Amino acid sequence: MTEPLLDVRGLQKFFPIAEGFFQRVTGHVRAVDGVDFTLNEGETLGLVGESGCGKTTASRCILRAIDPTGGQILYRTRDGRTVDLATLPQAELLPLRSEIQMIFQDPFGSLNPRMNLLDNVGEPLLVNGMRNRRERTDRVADLLRLVGLRPEFMHRFPHAFSGGQRQRIGIARALATNPRLVVADEPVSALDVSVQAQVLNLLLELQSRLKLTFLFVAHDLSVVRHISDRVAVMYVGQLVELAPTGEIFAQPQHPYTAALMRAVPAADPRVRRDDGILGGEVPSPAKPPSGCYFHPRCRHATDRCKVEAPALREITPGHFSRCHYAGEKVF
Amino acid sequence: MPPTPTVIESAVSSNEPLLSVRDLRVSFALDEGLVRAVDGTSFDVMPGQVLGVVGESGCGKSVTMRAILQLVEKPGRITSGTIRFRRRDSNEAVDLAQLPPRGAAMRDIRGAEIALIPQEPMAAFSPVHTVGDQIIEAILLHGHRWQAGGRKLSRGEARDITVGLFRDVGISMPEQRVDAYSWQLSGGLRQRAMIAMALSCKPRLLIADEPTTAIDVTTQAQVLALLRDLQAKYNTAIIFITHDLGVIAQMASYVVVMYLGRIMEEGPVDEIFHAPKHPYTRALLQSIPSLYGQTRVALPVISGALPHPFNRPPGCPFHPRCPDVMERCSAAVPKLEPVAANQLASCFLHHDKAEAE
Repeated sequence: MTEPLLDVRGLQKFFPIAEGFFQRVTGHVRAVDGVDFTLNEGETLGLVGESGCGKTTASRCILRAIDPTGGQILYRTRDGRTVDLATLPQAELLPLRSEIQMIFQDPFGSLNPRMNLLDNVGEPLLVNGMRNRRERTDRVADLLRLVGLRPEFMHRFPHAFSGGQRQRIGIARALATNPRLVVADEPVSALDVSVQAQVLNLLLELQSRLKLTFLFVAHDLSVVRHISDRVAVMYVGQLVELAPTGEIFAQPQHPYTAALMRAVPAADPRVRRDDGILGGEVPSPAKPPSGCYFHPRCRHATDRCKVEAPALREITPGHFSRCHYAGEKVF
Repeated sequence: MPPTPTVIESAVSSNEPLLSVRDLRVSFALDEGLVRAVDGTSFDVMPGQVLGVVGESGCGKSVTMRAILQLVEKPGRITSGTIRFRRRDSNEAVDLAQLPPRGAAMRDIRGAEIALIPQEPMAAFSPVHTVGDQIIEAILLHGHRWQAGGRKLSRGEARDITVGLFRDVGISMPEQRVDAYSWQLSGGLRQRAMIAMALSCKPRLLIADEPTTAIDVTTQAQVLALLRDLQAKYNTAIIFITHDLGVIAQMASYVVVMYLGRIMEEGPVDEIFHAPKHPYTRALLQSIPSLYGQTRVALPVISGALPHPFNRPPGCPFHPRCPDVMERCSAAVPKLEPVAANQLASCFLHHDKAEAE
């Protein structure tokens, strides 16, 4: 396999908790606490987990929308250099911005309602130095065609479009600067079922046509399974499992992943199951449990899990799990 | 002047539906034009049945439920149709559509006989009263109705009932949690408290409007299991509204599929999922990625987008997106007619009966 495009090592992001009149820092929310993964060129990595697990924070660190507390984000640039996005100064980061782009969750909040499509989609081009208006208009027309919208629409404003069409506009804007890595944070969760399939198909098609690399953040396991080559599962700021899609769904090596999959309601009335519903709640990342963070909810937990925090280890080639009993027990 | 409630029939048999909606129409008169949010909807809910209502945004599923509770806000209006509901103490059906929304009869029914579990438990609870107080208030308001001799309950009794309900819905430390504010509870606990509130007056019909959309998948599994247990225990009829076909498959025994204010198809859950008749139902089922299908291949899609409410297509509302569209579909509106033993569909592929213009 080729050298990875992105190599995230020990990524951490803590938010301070300030209390009292003097806003003294009394603790930290360990939103992302040691996340490691690689992303190869042209592949899609799905990042899943429940709300508050740190998946969005991790993806925002990679975009350097927020500064990580620790760890490395090694990125191979278009001209073959390897840089650490985690510590890169702003001046050196700026030229790389066009290579890493983002697709947002909310198609209603992420487009400027006072700009028409030409300006909304053309803004990244303008910022990146495409001053000539005609040139920009041509490029926006191409982009709109690429995402399945008519170029004539470019003088209309976002309010005239449906949720699915707006999400296409958001995708066109993300692709304006010819990015290599696209971070998509819940890109289809706000869409209706019939439109969701259209946008998923569009993402798959664009990826193969433009050789894009996707970091696909989502909570819907069926969607993630459909679009990803590999899947990473997060729980309370940590990566608990990472494996190729087919493998993780056929043979999860972490009890949390298995519980997540059991919780998805099957769209078939003949498959009704009540067994193995995960009890309890996600612990706060400010006060995580001792040992393995998942042990209070885990039905396989032993005394060892209460005291000894497991490390992420490779169970079979390419299949990582953060569980003492991975490879021994069937979850 | 609001008309007086009309007594439509006297029925005694338990085979009679608890709720029977016929040709319900709700429209919103906006500056831009008239939006027909619900356009001739008919369905029955049997006692103790879980009816699933599926549809995408704008299909009228929530407006239908608000109409049943007479909660449609201006400029919305029920323009025609009947909503017959059998009340607890009489076997006569009352037409809810004819009751004044703010009248005593409707207020007696709301909460006490038909309860609602809203989508956003955060917005549904008042942040300045404890959740316990809000439930106690409902019990004090309606509780005497099921007490022998109509005796009013004391506050202490209502509190005991609330603690018992919290225990029933699986809230740990119920005595303490009764005094908590909604914002002190997690999403899952808040939804459980909402369910406790909805059940507090022993309703005969529970309307659950997307009760699990705002919560995580593992919490959703807990809430769905809870609703199933409670339904079996109290034998409450439930109308379960959702856009999630997985949730419908797991919860409902009978399913109604809506699109742009009309019912496209209805039938028992197994038939809807394994022998769908309407092209919309079929397309909807194919377009969801499953946990078992092939990955990274194009999903079959429904072409086009949901039409804008002001641009309602003529004829069958689904015809511009339908893969099996025929010439007639744009000219006439197909009626909801039996197409199989227990199934009804409004589609000219299966029958040729049109709505009268």
